[in-house]
Amino acid sequence: MIGHRTARRGLIGKWQLAYAAVVADDLFKALADPTRRTILDELTEKSGQTLFEICARLSMRHQLGISRQGVSQHLAVLEAAGLVRTRREGRYKFHDLDTVPLRQITERWPVPDTSEPEESPL
Amino acid sequence: MKIHLTSVFVDDQAKALAFYTEILGFVKKHDIPLGEEHRWLTVVSPDEPGGTELLLEPAGHPAVEPYRSMIVKDGIPLAQFAVDDVHAEYERLRGLGVRFTQEPVDMGPIVTAVFDDTCGNLIQIAAKPE
Repeated sequence: MIGHRTARRGLIGKWQLAYAAVVADDLFKALADPTRRTILDELTEKSGQTLFEICARLSMRHQLGISRQGVSQHLAVLEAAGLVRTRREGRYKFHDLDTVPLRQITERWPVPDTSEPEESPL
Repeated sequence: MKIHLTSVFVDDQAKALAFYTEILGFVKKHDIPLGEEHRWLTVVSPDEPGGTELLLEPAGHPAVEPYRSMIVKDGIPLAQFAVDDVHAEYERLRGLGVRFTQEPVDMGPIVTAVFDDTCGNLIQIAAKPE
């Protein structure tokens, strides 16, 4: 019984690793583009924006003259990485920010707790 | 040449007249029967009775619905109205039950917000910041 359970856990563990690698690739690809980071900045200020609002913010606040199709493509990349979620509400479609995938970065490369005094070298 | 009339397609002219006058505060300018329950129905700003008229045009043409549903889905407004203070107008309209798809945002040269006119369109209000 125990052996069987361990085997299953091992399988799930391997699958999770492979899955995490795929997710991480999408995540880092999404974050690699400055326009997509700007979209995340704007969604951080206010989550739940229409495509129109995102386009207006990019062009008017950041002087980024990107076509609506271009912005849609950036949003699709962010959505594939799990950083943006879309929601239909009645006749409108909103884009919400989801920063949960970013947690895997600090899980993979933990950040030292800066509130603790740093260990002094011997 | 100058722009004296522009139009929005509306699902129901009577309902549109109520929204555009009672909620938004425009006043009726022309109301001429055109047959088949259709009217030549225009409103103007009370501040500019001789100014640009807005035609509340019946949305009966089969091309209107697919066109509108696609642009509404992406949050794109069909018309823009000028207000003195977008934040104040947002609060006033929200108090009257108007649904906003974009809350007031300072876009730099302009402050904007977008609401649903309940007649099938999104409308943007805009003001230059003080």
